[in-house]
Amino acid sequence: MAKIDAVMGWKELDLGCVIRQPGSSRAFKTGDWRSQRPVVDRDKCIKCGLCWVYCPDLAMVPAEDGYYAVSLDYCKGCGICAKECPKDAITMVLEED
Amino acid sequence: MAKRVGMEVSIAASEAVKLADVDVIAAYPITPQTHIVEHLSEVVADGELDAAFVPVESEHSAMSCCLGSSAAGARTFTATSSQGLALMHEILFIAPAMRLPIVMVVANRALSGPISIWNDHSDIMAEQDIAWIQTFAENGQEVFDLVLHAFRVAEDSKVLLPVIVNLDGFTLSHVIEPIEILDKAEVDKYLPPYKPKVRLDPRKPVSMGLVGIPEIYTEAKKATDEVLINSKKIVLKAWKEFGDLFGRYYNPVESYKTEGAEVILITMGSISETAMTAIDKMREKGLPVGLVRFRLWKPFPAPEFKKAIAGAQTLAVVDRALSPGGACGPVAEEIKAALYAERGRPKVFNFIAGLGGRDVTVENFEEIVSKAFAYAKKRPKQFYEMIGVREI
Ligand code: SF4
Ligand code: SF4
Repeated sequence: MAKIDAVMGWKELDLGCVIRQPGSSRAFKTGDWRSQRPVVDRDKCIKCGLCWVYCPDLAMVPAEDGYYAVSLDYCKGCGICAKECPKDAITMVLEED
Repeated sequence: MAKRVGMEVSIAASEAVKLADVDVIAAYPITPQTHIVEHLSEVVADGELDAAFVPVESEHSAMSCCLGSSAAGARTFTATSSQGLALMHEILFIAPAMRLPIVMVVANRALSGPISIWNDHSDIMAEQDIAWIQTFAENGQEVFDLVLHAFRVAEDSKVLLPVIVNLDGFTLSHVIEPIEILDKAEVDKYLPPYKPKVRLDPRKPVSMGLVGIPEIYTEAKKATDEVLINSKKIVLKAWKEFGDLFGRYYNPVESYKTEGAEVILITMGSISETAMTAIDKMREKGLPVGLVRFRLWKPFPAPEFKKAIAGAQTLAVVDRALSPGGACGPVAEEIKAALYAERGRPKVFNFIAGLGGRDVTVENFEEIVSKAFAYAKKRPKQFYEMIGVREI
């Protein structure tokens, strides 16, 4: 599970919390508060891409073979992909399982 | 050379802003601040000041615009009052968090309701936790001097925080006083050009004002609080240098006839001058009373205050704002909190006076002092009382 790597002390913060490095939000893994994660059953998947379209966090990533893989760094476990999948190919499983 | 002239205090405030050679003024006119921004828009339109005057559609936009221009590295000024300050509320907190040295004059006026355009301190006391440095002026000369001081402190590389100069609406903003106006060369000696440490610049992009996740928010708040507390050193240094250059020395807390005083009146702003007249009168009668007033309000100058009131048995704190349903007025609350841990601390009695433009007279101060003497012997029932309220 992704962890937020933000353990800076107050003395280490830049002036006014300014960020000097462009695009650094990529390094900010937002998926750590997920309680469930989607698991794709490739036997049922028809590669329609609806999960990719609906995912609000761009956490469904197109793979080279045409399937879709979950980026657990950013997936927040909302379950929208599982709900929208026309083939019920996505199951939400509890993180602790 | 500095010139002593008769000038409306609002105009003197804007002359100070002009002499500070600001780059951007974003302001919305509101009584009793109007003359300040009207004059500034005139000097910009007349080409006397090379600045952008942004006539925004609200104070919310004024402060938002100030954030942007200050973030771009521009020396930035605004002014407001009462409802206008309240409308800025949510943006006010962001300026110190982003370390933007904006300077603002607040012509203090009562908050509605009922609707009031007249002077008290309820507008600024509702903004106690915004983390701006705050000073209070007593007269026109102080307004002029404090505005220049504000830029100097705000832009100091060890501070980089916004500053509010408070002046009483009408009783200061609209009176004509003899004021010594410094010339440009003198101001330039005191106020160097603003050199931002970091600014919005397409050649060197940065992101400002980002989200503070739970792992960072506390640290960010701590950082701002620390810099605000430590800004006092620079506040004092900038006053000292002002005095060395121009002969007018300022302190965070000023004392008047406090030697041997049993009761000390505590005030802020223009009523302090009336209070001094009252002290003179009472001293003539042999009453051991003195006056202490705050010029610096935030960061709260606790050590200077404790030194100023040392030896007094009783404090009569005059608040010009009510904290409804609370323990006392905002100034008394701060004082009580600061003194709580002190051994042999004085008794503190709180008087709310001068709300919504009600004059605070010499007689009012005499009444307050005589009540403080009486309460020192026999505790009053209420935590605070409103002076001059008609009990019918
Ligand atoms: S929505 Fe379902 S079927 Fe379509 S690509 Fe995603 S997992 Fe496969
Ligand atoms: S659970 Fe939500 S966030 Fe995660 S992949 Fe599915 S749609 Fe995206």
